[in-house]
Amino acid sequence: MSTATSPVPAAPVRPALPAGSRRCDTTGLTVCLTAEKFIKLNAVCAVVFLLLGGIAAILLALTRWQAVHLLPVDWFYRILTFHGLNMLIFWILFFEVAVLYFTCTTPLKAQLFSRKIAWVSFAMMLSGAVMVNAIIIQGKADVLLTSYLPLLAHPAFYLGIILVAVGTLVGVFNFFATLYVAKRDRTYEGSMPLVTFGATAAAIIAVVTLLHGAIVMIPTFTYSMGWTPQPDPMWYRMIWWGLGHQSQQVNVCAMVAIWYLIAHLATGAKPVNETVCRGAFVLYVLFINLASAHHLLVDPGVGSAWKIWNTSYAMYLAVLASMIHGFTVPASVEVAMREKGHVKGLFGWVMSAPWRNPAFAGFVLSLLIFGFIGGITGVTLGTQQINIIAHNTLRITGHFHATVVGGTSLAFMALTYYVIPLIFRRDFIWRGAARLQPWLFGGGILLVSLGMSFAGSLGVPRRHYDIESAGIYGPATHLFLGVMGVGAIIAVVGLLLFAVLCVGTILFGEKNAGRPMADWGTARALVGSRAGSLAEDHWAMKGTVALTAVFLACFAVYYFANWKALADVWPVR
Amino acid sequence: MSLALPDRDWYKAPAGADKLWIGLALLWCFVMSVMMPFWHFRGKQNSRGEAYAVKPVAFLERTEKFAAANKVGERGGIPIAEPAPGGDAYLIGRMWSWYPILKLRQGETYRLHLSALDLQHGFSLQPLNMNFQVLPGYDHVLTLTPTSKGEFTIVCNEFCGIGHDKMIGKILVE
Amino acid sequence: MKNETQEPFLKRLMDNTWLLLALGVVIPLVSYTLWGWVELGTIQPATLP
Repeated sequence: MSTATSPVPAAPVRPALPAGSRRCDTTGLTVCLTAEKFIKLNAVCAVVFLLLGGIAAILLALTRWQAVHLLPVDWFYRILTFHGLNMLIFWILFFEVAVLYFTCTTPLKAQLFSRKIAWVSFAMMLSGAVMVNAIIIQGKADVLLTSYLPLLAHPAFYLGIILVAVGTLVGVFNFFATLYVAKRDRTYEGSMPLVTFGATAAAIIAVVTLLHGAIVMIPTFTYSMGWTPQPDPMWYRMIWWGLGHQSQQVNVCAMVAIWYLIAHLATGAKPVNETVCRGAFVLYVLFINLASAHHLLVDPGVGSAWKIWNTSYAMYLAVLASMIHGFTVPASVEVAMREKGHVKGLFGWVMSAPWRNPAFAGFVLSLLIFGFIGGITGVTLGTQQINIIAHNTLRITGHFHATVVGGTSLAFMALTYYVIPLIFRRDFIWRGAARLQPWLFGGGILLVSLGMSFAGSLGVPRRHYDIESAGIYGPATHLFLGVMGVGAIIAVVGLLLFAVLCVGTILFGEKNAGRPMADWGTARALVGSRAGSLAEDHWAMKGTVALTAVFLACFAVYYFANWKALADVWPVR
Repeated sequence: MSLALPDRDWYKAPAGADKLWIGLALLWCFVMSVMMPFWHFRGKQNSRGEAYAVKPVAFLERTEKFAAANKVGERGGIPIAEPAPGGDAYLIGRMWSWYPILKLRQGETYRLHLSALDLQHGFSLQPLNMNFQVLPGYDHVLTLTPTSKGEFTIVCNEFCGIGHDKMIGKILVE
Repeated sequence: MKNETQEPFLKRLMDNTWLLLALGVVIPLVSYTLWGWVELGTIQPATLP
């Protein structure tokens, strides 16, 4: 295969190009120029906020690594607030809006509903984010991401968050309006493509999220202005987590949609069963948002029935969905690889996968870290009673650095290796360094997550400046905090490399307009293989069956080990 | 392919390995769904969220009364209070201390009332690693049975301002 | 997940963005938010024995 070959076979030539769009030189797909502009704007902002959050991350890790203990106390909590907002809100939301604009236009051959609305959304989000960051750095909002009442920040902090939330909601409206118009004008026939369907699920979850954001932030803002009385702190927690947790479920959906997309781009994978994949997204839409209760499991005022029902996502139906994706995504890659002739043993297809492609490597690492570490710990720590031995310890932080960072952020980075060549139309600089980047970032974040999780199991609290004050934490805790620190250094090096690669490519990368993008490496078909030859073989994915069996065994061991650990503490009701 | 329109007849029941995996996953979800209600009725560690509305001033007053009536010593200016076995104990979280120090007996069961006077705090009992949320305005009641002896440390694990890491309390069990 | 009829309910649900949107908003709003709100609203005043 020559380097000029496109990762996707060019689509058959279509009659006419709709006005306001161009044809992609690599994929032959139609790209809406308005959407493209806002994908660029949102993606650039996303990377800038990622960079800011990454600089904050290293300062925090080097403070919690007690042997280094870098920052003074006031700056530690200030930078922690800054890190949380930039990483969990700004980087993620800006990138998600870019993903939404792409998935509602190109796969449906549609035009973005409104350029004006896209401007309004972008302007609100950007001004809100700048406002929040400015007020945090001035030291007027040392309240951490959650800003739990009665802690009180400067009104501009809440106003900024409201602007970002409403701005995102406006962008989500633009997405839905585009879907509506595309369906009405019949730009496509039948059901929408799976990636668009996954993005729709993400958008629906975003609506619920931002609705909760409005319910909680508006009275908090008016309180901070002195216009209304203080909202109840427990009510605040409940509604705030309707924003804080659910926004991360938007990530899960967007990330899974990206897994399907990269699996397709790098190996030509097709969903093994569209109904199963879509059914899993439906389960997300219906049930994943109940899991905001994960944060209230040891709280006063809400009873066991409410806690157990909601924390279980209605009897784990959203977990079922994740386990389905965890099977269908690797299964689709395996089937595609086997159809290309890589049939040796259980895992021959893994060996011959396009590992040199940074998007593929990033996607696989994202899948593994999210599933094996993030998923298993998340469900276990979110078990109502087990939460007693986990709440507000570093175990929680260890969990979500595996989901949101090792999972979502890495998947977003992986996708960027296609977004920049295809949307910005420049080929990456420093391609060797780019191939290394996902491994650096993924490996580093894995160490961060493990270090935090083990330290948390030894009782180390999260969001805590100095554990020496308690005088009870021994050498093992310090070892694990050291592991976290080393991991953070590696991960931040990976993050900085990513930022340099992106900015460098956008400024200095070789233009590829008029020709296909430089190929990162796609799965090659062996002589005599035939696409679609395994379409009717429902047992072709033997390696995936073995992998998921290992996964289930790990899950069960970790889950019951935690029940055992819980049974060892004092009885409490 | 995931980016293109699906085939017209994409709607198909799962088959083969997909079907097996969905079945296994459903079974596992069922096991996990049963575990929580099971533990609620048969397990010994639960967080039922038992709570009552209380004004911080009233809770402070009640705790001070409790500390004075049950005082058996003092450490670092903070009274050590020993509630009657099986009785009620009161513990305040405030910026940045826990009040009072509690002295409990192994094997006895207490109703421990937790509340905060100012911000939210986190009751994290070490080295057991048992964690509960403490909120102003809520009398959070834990029915607790110490089963091990020694000196236990309460670390605050909910951010409560600049002195958060200095907010350390004690529970002594004999 | 049956496929004996022409347009099974699940397929129609998957193709109906607006119904998914409505269900996706209503289910968590009722199960998590409203139920939780009621739990908080029915808290009794403390007697502090």
